[in-house]
This record gives sequence, C-alpha cells and structure tokens, in this order.
Amino acid sequence: MGELLRKLESIDRRWIYLVIFAAVVIPFLMNLKLPVGKHSPSTTAVHDYIEQLPPGSVIQMSFDYSPASMPELEPMAKAVVRHAFEENHRILAMTLHPQGALMIRRALDEVATDLNKEYGVDYVDVGFKPGGVAVILGMGRDIIRVFEDMDARGEKLSAMPMMRDVADYDDIALMIDFAANSLPLAWIGYAHERYGLQIAAGVTAVMATDLYPYWKSEQLVGLINGLKGAAEYEELVGAPGFGVLGMSSQSIAHLLIILFIIMGNIGYFVTRRASQNRT
Amino acid sequence: MADAEQSSQLIILGLSLNPQVVGLWLQAALTFAILSFLIGDNPVYKFAEHLFVGISAGYGVVIVWKQAVLPLLIFKLLPQLGPKPDELADYWVLIPGLLGLMMLARFIPRYDWLSRYPIAFTVGLFMGAGIPAVVQMNLLQQAQATMKPVLGLGSIEWGLALSCLVVLVGVICTLTYFYFSRPHEGVLGVTSKIGIWFLMVAFGAGFGNTVMARMSLLIGRVEFLLYEWMPIVSVHLSKYVQ
Repeated sequence: MGELLRKLESIDRRWIYLVIFAAVVIPFLMNLKLPVGKHSPSTTAVHDYIEQLPPGSVIQMSFDYSPASMPELEPMAKAVVRHAFEENHRILAMTLHPQGALMIRRALDEVATDLNKEYGVDYVDVGFKPGGVAVILGMGRDIIRVFEDMDARGEKLSAMPMMRDVADYDDIALMIDFAANSLPLAWIGYAHERYGLQIAAGVTAVMATDLYPYWKSEQLVGLINGLKGAAEYEELVGAPGFGVLGMSSQSIAHLLIILFIIMGNIGYFVTRRASQNRT
Repeated sequence: MADAEQSSQLIILGLSLNPQVVGLWLQAALTFAILSFLIGDNPVYKFAEHLFVGISAGYGVVIVWKQAVLPLLIFKLLPQLGPKPDELADYWVLIPGLLGLMMLARFIPRYDWLSRYPIAFTVGLFMGAGIPAVVQMNLLQQAQATMKPVLGLGSIEWGLALSCLVVLVGVICTLTYFYFSRPHEGVLGVTSKIGIWFLMVAFGAGFGNTVMARMSLLIGRVEFLLYEWMPIVSVHLSKYVQ
C-alpha cells in the first residue's frame, strides 16, 4: 500500500490531465445525463424576480465578458434572454467590455429570432461603450445621451418605439450583469446604491464567492453561479441547452478531483508517518 | 444568387472554401495548439498564445478608436466628418483630448512628467465618485446585513435564525483573528482560532468555485470540438470515402 502511494505521489501529472480529459469527454460520447440537482436559491431568486415583473417591463442586460468566458456565461445569458422574452419583457442590451459586442449578438439575436421578437420594439442593442463607471453613472441621468442617440447598428435610439419609454434607471425594472470580472461590484456601487436600480448578476464561478455576500445583504436580487447556475436556469425555463449538457461532465470531473484530493491526503499522511518512523 | 454564394467563398490556393468551415478548422487547430501546453511548452503553443495576445490587443485598439476616439473626440471637433454633419463643433472635448494625449507622454522619457496630470485627474475623479459608493456598498450595507436580528420580533424562522447566527459569529471571530494589538490567548485565542476555520471554509469555497470555472472552460472546448467541429470533419471524411 505504502509503495503504491509513493508511486502515485511521483506520477507524471500528464496522466492526471489525460484522466480529467477522459472524464469530460466520455459523458458527451455516452450521452450521459446526470441530474443538475436542487436549484440554488440565488438562481431561483433571479428567475422569480423576472416572473413577478409586469409584462412589458424593460430589463437591462450588460454582457461584460469575452469569448474566453463564453462556455460559462453564454448558456446562462441565452436562458435569461429567453425567459425575459417569453414573459413579454423588453431588453436593453449593452456591454462595458470591448469584446462584449459580439457576445450580445450571439446571445440575443439567436433567441430573438427564435421567438419572433422585433428589433427596436422588443429589444435594443446599444453595443459597447467605453468609460466603465462614467457610463454607469451617466445612464442614471440620461441613457440615450450616454449612447450619443445611436445603437450598435448606427440607428437613432430616439426613433425606436422601445426607447420612447426608457429615459433613465427609473424606467429599468431590473439590470442583469453577465460578467467575468468585477463589474457587478461597480453596478452595485454606482447604479444600485446611488440610483436604487435593482441588480442581478450572472458570473463565472471564480467571481461568485466574492458576490454571495451582496446577495445575502439584498444588494443583489439574485446570483447565477457559473455553469451550474446556467444549467439550473435552463431547467427553470424548460429549455435545456449547453449548460445542462455540460453538467454531467462537470459532475464526473468534480468527483474525480475529490478522489484525487482524498488520495493525495492519504498519501501525504502515510509518507509522513513513514518518515517519522524512520527518524 | 449564385454570385452571392460565389462571393461568400474564400479562394485559397485555387480552392473555393466556405469561410465558416475555415473558421471552424482554425478554431479547432488553435484549441489543440493551446491544449498542447499540457504536454509541455512548445513552439505551436507559443504561436497560438502570441496570436491570441496580438489579436486581442489589435481588436481592442480598433474598438476604442471606433467607439471612443472617433465619436467622442474627432466627430465632436469636426462634425462634418461624422454622422451628424449639421451639429456645431464642441471644443470642450479638447480638454479630455489633451489629457488623453498627455497620458501618452509616458513613452517619451523627457516629457513623461506630463502624464502625471491626467493620472492625478483620474485618481481624483474616481476617489470622489468611489469613496461614498464603496463605503455605502461594502461597509454600511454589509454591516447592516450582519446585524439582522437573530430571533426576529414575530414568529421565529429557525433556518434563517441559524444563518444569521453563523454570519454574526463568523464576522466577529474572523475580525478577532486580524486583531494584533493583544496576544491571541484566552478568549481572544479561541475566537481567533474559530476565525481561522471560517477563513479556511471561505478559501475552500473559493477554490471549489475556481475548479468549477476552469473545468467549465475545458467543457466548452470539448463541446465545440464534438458538436461544431466533428460534424464538419465527418462530412469531409464521408466525401473522401465516397
């Protein structure tokens, strides 16, 4: 046993990479569907908040991520967009990330076409605006002015039917930030605290731990955490997609990592005891 | 119609290729190039890494030029060049424009002191805007959330009460761990030890979430390879077989 553990301690780490890779690929090949599990209260909170909004409410969505974070954030963004459209809400899409403009088109346009939503009436894409905090603060006073009265396609915002009802944050029922960075904190600090805008966040799992205290303190309406949160939201809206599909691989890979951690700890204690016995 | 189809084809070495298919093959090749780092550092990985950095920087420059410099500076000064030629020139934008140019003085050692003024302006602006927001967001609201009544005034929700108690004990014990003016002995020693446990749980949760995030990225690539790239490969292979 001791000899085996010593061998495992000095194993080439590339074998571990290979095993993890196999754990991710095999569930896809076998079409394995493990249950997503009980839905997190923080994800359900976002879903329930959107459900209770009156039809026609304007939901602002900021797609603050790049292709590097797409696997985690795009499934949840698509699920939330679908939910908002199905509840007949309108969407104001924007991004504070230079590479976010493409993310808006990927997440929004496909679902909008699928549900026969009309641009300018049901949704508007104002694209990327540099300035970060200055943009957040400016939108609290005059949204159209901040975007120079022009959307991402070069059309006049003031001429769009949807934008006739949208002047500032008072006209936004909920703002959801899909982010792979600390921008949700900026939205909380400058839009929620200063203007009282209700904010939810959909973030990468790395970011989620930092944001849970803000959900507990009710500064966030809800929080969608990584691929798990995306899968939960897909189930809540009854539209399983890449989030649900990826969760089987995620679960098996996690089990494997837990096994590695247990084996590593056993190995550590056995070898430590052996070296203590020798001395 | 046929002309439109023809114009959407990429012609490389006399071969007519669909740009979407070329894009998928490029994505797959670059995915394998990046993953090849797991075997060890190699020139293929280095090439993909440098390509990524270069494209990201180039894309960023173009976006900032198109979305910030042109509409917020050049079209304001010279409206006849922009989409609103009837508007009057706005010379106030010369001030932020000049501050922006002064930032670039860092590249000229003799004049790099000029960059201190826009930096001072930016720091001042964000300190002014940020301090009230940060105090409200991170201190007052968080402190208020910590001090929720554990037993409440009306009916008692035991789950909620326990949650409030854990938060309260966690905050107090963790704060005592960072209190260094007295030796950690007696009551302070016990609470600081409990504080360490709370910190460890927080670090563990952070690590677990990080693992999930990294695994999601791998899953994303595997999904791409299996559901977007592999069907293209099988179509090409079936053509060969036929």
